[in-house]
Amino acid sequence: MTTQPTAQERFLQGIIPENPVYRQLLGLCPVLAVTNNMKAAMTMAGAVLFVLLCANVLVSLIRGLLKPHLRIVVFTLVIATFVTIVDKFLAAYMYNMSKALGPYIPLIIVNCIIISRCEICASKQNVFVAAADAIGISIGYAISLASIATVREILGTGMFFGFRVLPASVWQDWVIMVLPPGAFLTFGLLLGATNWFSAKKK
Amino acid sequence: MKKIKDFYLVQAWLILIVAIFFGAALASIQIVLGQKIEQNKVNEIKQRVPELVLSTTELEKLNAQGASLDVEFTTITVKKNNKAKSYNTYKAKNADGSTIGYVVKAGGQGYADKIELLFGLDKNAEKINAIYILDQKETPGLGNKIVTDKWQNQFKNKPTEALEVVKTGAKNTNEIDAITGATISSRSVCNIINSAIKDLKEPLKNR
Repeated sequence: MTTQPTAQERFLQGIIPENPVYRQLLGLCPVLAVTNNMKAAMTMAGAVLFVLLCANVLVSLIRGLLKPHLRIVVFTLVIATFVTIVDKFLAAYMYNMSKALGPYIPLIIVNCIIISRCEICASKQNVFVAAADAIGISIGYAISLASIATVREILGTGMFFGFRVLPASVWQDWVIMVLPPGAFLTFGLLLGATNWFSAKKK
Repeated sequence: MKKIKDFYLVQAWLILIVAIFFGAALASIQIVLGQKIEQNKVNEIKQRVPELVLSTTELEKLNAQGASLDVEFTTITVKKNNKAKSYNTYKAKNADGSTIGYVVKAGGQGYADKIELLFGLDKNAEKINAIYILDQKETPGLGNKIVTDKWQNQFKNKPTEALEVVKTGAKNTNEIDAITGATISSRSVCNIINSAIKDLKEPLKNR
């Protein structure tokens, strides 16, 4: 059996080398859907951080009790519970944001990033490593969402985090950037750029 | 002989325990937060009531005084094609108890998805004062212009008759200009208002 990565390795790997969006191409539904402004993207990243951290820690705590053929059911139960908690919490304390994110918060349940981390890391390693892994991956995810949301919000509305950065008098908003095609364009170009840079480095 | 360990319920003991535990946890969260979520929904509408029943000058006066209106929430149920349909209505009252007007919440199919909106009526339910879109998923850049003030201002002081969407410039009092490239979205909004008014005009008058 090969040795498992340490907590520090897990943490650092999640941010860039195993970035969930640009390297593993996981969790793309929210990447495309909620990145037309920074506020929504960062709320999404926060929700994923909470769910991933709680799910990883809990799965890691009960990893000795998991049976191989029933483990996926347990992962799903754990994830669904924490997602529901986030959803209710947003509806109670950040009502407008919860309306803006709409179905994409409940859809974290089927986000492959989380179940893959439970499977790859949390069900095999101790709580400390699992928590480091969750935080690393979540930071990587937040960076990816932020990179796309920055491009789309600035070009599409001339604003950043809701504040105007490009004056309305000179900037003609590129409406396509806030529409779904803008998500595909931005994501495709950024993905191409990251691959180009990493290929050049080798 | 089959061992009890291989029985499927015993195999799944962890799942059963986890499910019960999580179910209880979620139930308690619902108990704690449920009321707050409902309150958020009602508050969102109540905040809109003054601007929907008052004219601009009256609204400025109210804001200057820092006062708020008395809002009474009721559900009106009407029979339509042998089916009961209920509307949430909000009655705005002056400090002395006299009625200023009504706000009605209505919804229906838009171009992309369901549109939910509020509209304000005067105290006799004869004129529309203003509308507000609560929820819509119309095409960004086209249909979602139904949320703009420019388009919504057309509804001010429209009679509570059947509204009609026209593309060639509104001339009659019951006509509304369509949004360029979004006739269906414009028409959906008018249809939602028309059918709600048709159902509610009499019940509101008789209250």
